[in-house]
Amino acid sequence: MKLNTSRVMGFRNLAAALLAAISLAVLGPAHAALTIEIVGSGANQIPVAIVPFAGEAALPQGISTVVAADLQRSGLFKIVDTAAVPFQPHEQSEVNYADWRARGAEAMAIGSVLRLPDGRLEVRFHLLDAVKQTPLAGYSYVIAAAQLRATAHKIADLIYEKLTGDVGVFGTRIAYIVKSGKHHELQVADADGYGAQTVLASSEPIISPSWSPDGTRLAYVSFERKKPVIYVQSLLSGKRQVLAQFKGNNSAPAWSPDGKQLAIVLTKDGGSQIYMINADGSGLKRLSYSSGIDTEPSFSPDGAWIIYTSDRGGSPQIYRMNTSGNSVQRLTFEGNYNVSPHYSPDGKSFTFIQRVSGSFHVALQDLATGQVQVLTDSRMDESPSFAPNGKMLLYATEIGGRGILAAVSSDGRVRQRLSTQSGDVREPEWGPLLKSQ
Amino acid sequence: MKKVLLSTMLVSLLAACAGQDVKEQPKAAVEDRGAAQQQAVAQPMGQTGVEANPLKDPNNILSKRSVYFDYDKSNVKGEYKPMVEAHAKYLASHKAAKVAVQGNTDERGSREYNIALGNHRADSVRKMMNVLGVPDSQIETVSFGEEKPRATCHEESCWKENRRADIVYQGE
Repeated sequence: MKLNTSRVMGFRNLAAALLAAISLAVLGPAHAALTIEIVGSGANQIPVAIVPFAGEAALPQGISTVVAADLQRSGLFKIVDTAAVPFQPHEQSEVNYADWRARGAEAMAIGSVLRLPDGRLEVRFHLLDAVKQTPLAGYSYVIAAAQLRATAHKIADLIYEKLTGDVGVFGTRIAYIVKSGKHHELQVADADGYGAQTVLASSEPIISPSWSPDGTRLAYVSFERKKPVIYVQSLLSGKRQVLAQFKGNNSAPAWSPDGKQLAIVLTKDGGSQIYMINADGSGLKRLSYSSGIDTEPSFSPDGAWIIYTSDRGGSPQIYRMNTSGNSVQRLTFEGNYNVSPHYSPDGKSFTFIQRVSGSFHVALQDLATGQVQVLTDSRMDESPSFAPNGKMLLYATEIGGRGILAAVSSDGRVRQRLSTQSGDVREPEWGPLLKSQ
Repeated sequence: MKKVLLSTMLVSLLAACAGQDVKEQPKAAVEDRGAAQQQAVAQPMGQTGVEANPLKDPNNILSKRSVYFDYDKSNVKGEYKPMVEAHAKYLASHKAAKVAVQGNTDERGSREYNIALGNHRADSVRKMMNVLGVPDSQIETVSFGEEKPRATCHEESCWKENRRADIVYQGE
């Protein structure tokens, strides 16, 4: 992915975007655009030792520190301190299990990095069960130096998967908007906030980024034509096209799980109503028919349902309809402001924003039981979305008048804050698992 | 006749004075809006041969462009009806004129829902104009939601300023 600047952008913004590009290049990947702070922890943390890999000290980018940080961030692991250990094993035959058990480790990762004659790197790693003293997994990768972080995330994903039974999402990416003064940027970064790239820079607002299911495109709403217009942009080529520019507003794009269509919200027939459109902009079809507001559509993972916000009952609540626009059903009944629904990846629950005594919180509702759990206690939470394994939710909130991103585990126990040095960060959406992962 | 003109002038003067307060205190402007309606009725008498653009004349109700709304609401309150009606009459008699009605909200809640709410507010103004004979071909409603706040503090004094629909004539 490379920096893309919109054609309609003014020179001032172009200059700013170029400056951003330059600073990114100069600072390099070691300087995060987003820094992370973790609050709380899981109920049962698995103690795991990530032993520094042989040969990694000579590399511009370590592996074991990234792996440890990933695992720690999830709140599900207790990272056993390895710094004071006199002998650090890199091969299974070198491991003294009794020593590591004494330090509390139930599992441990060891490995090495070797520079090959052609300049590429060979990364080997083993995950060991320190209790049973048996190997759990072993992999080796041949990579370019630029792929070190990505490889570290891949190793963290494997460890997470082996030890928790759930899919790891450390290798995924997030999209969000940064606003500094009148400057707006749509950015994409790794799930740990590193490697931020500017997808679009504009002097007009950008909102509602939405990942295509294959992670190669973003749909979003830009105000650069003095009203909300929906674009779809390729992250590979940087090229973009207008998806919807009808009379009135064009907003709230949501991809169908097969990536062929999007649910969007138009006002061309009066009020805000939900329509379906093909990803190439053809085949527009109206789905919802109410006299009030219908907006914020989100597809169920099986593609059969759309949940959305509607005020047809007098206050904004979450509703569900099938993708033909029928079988309409109201889902939320607590409170008088429930908005921004997103399905969980398993389709069994949905997240949304609930207003309680003037404050806006991230909530989770079970579809079968209707039971609601409020996950946050901050005041101005917005736009929650699930990690692709359903274990964490990413959302926007505010601290000291500044917009930041935050994540909370789906049981509400672990929270992370992701903040930038300056500007307001908002409108996050967690990207999908990529096929290669 | 003289009395009418005099009172018209006085009313205009009052409206002009009060008008300066509109930006900071929309509520203070409430009284002059009713008075300004009389002015709009009376104006044709005094207008003979004078005056360029009534849309720019600060003494004319047509120079007023903003409708303010209650939190979470999109109905046009009674105090703003004379102003919307005056624009409707102008548009009905100037078929070439076109307006954008731009809806806005305060910063609280969902950005997308606020786009829809802002649109609903703009739509309320449009529908009122429709009833008075202005076809949709002369009106486009758009919403900026909470994205383009006129006032930027994080409390009610700014929020009430941002719960607003603006009538903007094409070419302005």
